Amino acid sequence: MSEVVIAGIGQIPVGEHWELPLHTLSSRAILAALGDAGGLKPQAMYVGNFLASVVSHQANLPAQLADHVGLTGIEGITAEAAGASGAAAFRLGYLAVASGFVDVALVVGVEKVTDVIGADLETAVSLGADYDFECVPGMNSKAAAALLMQRYLYEYRPPRQAFGEFAVLAHANAVHNPNAMYRRAISAGAYEKAAMVASPLNLYDVAPYADGAAAVVLTRAELAEKTVRHKLVRVSGSSSVIDTLALHDRSDPLAFQAAAYSVERACRKAGILPQDVDLFELTDAFSVYAALSLEAAGFAKRGEGWKLAQEGALSLNGKLPILTMGGFKGRGNPLAASGVYQIVEAALQLRGEAGANQVAQARRALVQTLGGPASTAITHVLEAL
Amino acid sequence: MEIPRHWRLKKQRYGLVGEVCPHCNVKIFPPRDVCPECGGEAKEPYVFSGRGEVYSFTTMMDGPAGYEEATPYTIALVKLEEGPMVTAQLTDLGEQPPEIGMAVEMVTRKIREDGSERGMIIYGYKFRPVLAREQ
Amino acid sequence: MQANPTEQSLLLKPDRPVGIIGYGAYVPRYRLPASEVARIWHGGEGGTPVKEKAVAGLDEDVITMSIEAARNALARAGIEASLLRAVWIGSESHPYAVKPSGTVVAEALGATPAVSTGDWQFACKAGTEALVAAMGLVGSGMGRYALAIGMDTAQGRPGDQLEYTAGCGGAAFLLGPAEEALAVIEAAFSYVTDTPDFWRRPMQKYPEHGQRFTGEPAYFHHIESAASQLMKELGVSAADYQYAVFHQPNAKFPQKVGENLGFTAEQVTPGLLSPLIGNTYAGAALIGLSAVLDVAKPGERILVASFGSGAGSDAFSIRVSEAIEARRGKAPRTADYIARRTPIDYGMYVRLRGKLAD
Repeated sequence: MSEVVIAGIGQIPVGEHWELPLHTLSSRAILAALGDAGGLKPQAMYVGNFLASVVSHQANLPAQLADHVGLTGIEGITAEAAGASGAAAFRLGYLAVASGFVDVALVVGVEKVTDVIGADLETAVSLGADYDFECVPGMNSKAAAALLMQRYLYEYRPPRQAFGEFAVLAHANAVHNPNAMYRRAISAGAYEKAAMVASPLNLYDVAPYADGAAAVVLTRAELAEKTVRHKLVRVSGSSSVIDTLALHDRSDPLAFQAAAYSVERACRKAGILPQDVDLFELTDAFSVYAALSLEAAGFAKRGEGWKLAQEGALSLNGKLPILTMGGFKGRGNPLAASGVYQIVEAALQLRGEAGANQVAQARRALVQTLGGPASTAITHVLEAL
Repeated sequence: MEIPRHWRLKKQRYGLVGEVCPHCNVKIFPPRDVCPECGGEAKEPYVFSGRGEVYSFTTMMDGPAGYEEATPYTIALVKLEEGPMVTAQLTDLGEQPPEIGMAVEMVTRKIREDGSERGMIIYGYKFRPVLAREQ
Repeated sequence: MQANPTEQSLLLKPDRPVGIIGYGAYVPRYRLPASEVARIWHGGEGGTPVKEKAVAGLDEDVITMSIEAARNALARAGIEASLLRAVWIGSESHPYAVKPSGTVVAEALGATPAVSTGDWQFACKAGTEALVAAMGLVGSGMGRYALAIGMDTAQGRPGDQLEYTAGCGGAAFLLGPAEEALAVIEAAFSYVTDTPDFWRRPMQKYPEHGQRFTGEPAYFHHIESAASQLMKELGVSAADYQYAVFHQPNAKFPQKVGENLGFTAEQVTPGLLSPLIGNTYAGAALIGLSAVLDVAKPGERILVASFGSGAGSDAFSIRVSEAIEARRGKAPRTADYIARRTPIDYGMYVRLRGKLAD
């Protein structure tokens, strides 16, 4: 098995790109990553995309996206794992290079939500839930998060405003991320006054959907050293775990078991313990998922994930920085692309290129992307070389 | 119009018909033919009583496409007394606010129309607070 | 040579005695006070024909309501749904114009596939039409058990007089052999003429009605003819009954027709639900009967006479048997549904009944 490194990264600003088609979003990110990789030529492309076949009436994406950057003739596959599609594509890229069968793998996570409007978008996102037994009864992905948050409040009785800390932190960090969708800080007061979306979830408990594309070039360390001038980042741990699709089929819905297993296995592969990391890019698609992810990873006891936020432990100079470039809430949630944005952001940290958001002496990052309410959990450990 | 997929599930939707595992006696909903507990074959039909308890709930202000006219409505995770948990709307709450732990019973109600007012009507299970009966 | 045909009985009485094995009601929980209709349409002035009426929720229709009433009837009957040979629903608000409500209800109960499920329509006597047919199916030996349901989500045109009273609800009756019954149906009689007092053409949303013509020539003539013929041929009179249940389009008509037939207020009141739930159309006489069965004692006799515009009346003579005491408590009583009540205003009513123009 070869050592896999990230040789190049690229991203476009997250936002509502009404005027740009999906392949343009993808091309811009890919060209940036290929440029950053010093001209390495990929033999394989792994596309992470969730909604295009429904909202853009477009499947078979690799053929289109490779063509637009002049890469026809290579291998191409789309990975889908709901919101973790980009992370799944990254995992495929990692496996391809680690196996030795592919020298250079290009990973691109891309999502274009602005090809539909209104309820049709929410319906599409709910593809990640159980159609017959969750969606037909009237549930959607926001309701799933609301059901979890309601139960969390009932079992653990945290102060309701505690969840606001995640939104406040995300927005504070997004201010200095030029690619973030929302670059203004918000106050705890704004959180408390926010409108109800699905009780008890309010507007600031939900990361808004957006368009986005981010790309990464993976290769073996010895190939990268030849062409790349910047610091390399090694992928030292990788794990993908699935749980039941429907929340109602979990024996313990608040446990996020797949997230727990994937952290355990990725860390074991990397030869570290979770507390050895310097930052944790987790999935805060909903504020309650941030608390549950912290608990599943073992950074807090069950029901106490919110305390870390309140104590300030999760800020850039805290003991476990999260959402360092704004997270899903501040940077935005371009669904399938999010998982690759998280990798790119962690890589920036480990390369010392995070600017005003730099976590001091960041050497190791834990990156976790969830599909649905941890129906899929994909976790990677990245280390600066 | 999604006629076949709703038709396939009518016994589950109308009457909470699931399965019972002949090996470990676990009750299964929805049917999946393989027992989630012991992994054995489980194809024997089992009709759930419809009695259960609210595990969690949320009141949705914006419905997904096809449900806009029903808002605001409450979706819940209901733990059936026989073990499995289901996702379903709560209905007939009246002035009673939903509560975790509330005792509920299954009723068969309209879920939505398939597509439009020309489409078939989809019926399915919802849960309501247990009807008070004078003894 | 045959006996003189004019001396043959006109009563509908099957060779094998038939009875009610189980029964069950359903009323939705919302109530529109008649005063709300008066407030919106009549400046709050004028008397109201009922106190309030029951209104179905957004997720209810004749199918969902019939399923619940039928489940109650099955619970009282204590038989397996697969033994039902017919599930017949009478209504003037079937959810589909083509596709019987009975198909969905029979599937939900577990009565498919060896079952007959066509729908019935005859305005407010569609339910008792189904009941007469069920008597025939069981009484002929064609099937051991049959379910007859009268259920409606009746509609009145906004501002029309009928808006005060057009209500939602009904009841289900599971018929079987008399020896298993909690109440035996001694005989029935159907009296029908072509009398256009109230009707609806296919693409119209609301019915037309003949105003005062719906009184004497329609409601009173048909009920009085059916009930008196039934009692005459049985050799009984009003005094032989403890209860009388009539179709109840409002509070006044059933009391008047009862008086005309020689019944007292005490006999009529227990089965008179329209003041509290309105006119449940095809469900009306049947839900009145279910309320009476909730309280009647073994040996007591009940006269039922429905009325359906167009027009006709089905009259039944029923005698309660011993089995009722043990079975009555196995399902909610009609009064339990009536007690379950959430008042709404005219605005919510218009939303629930789909009367908002798009």
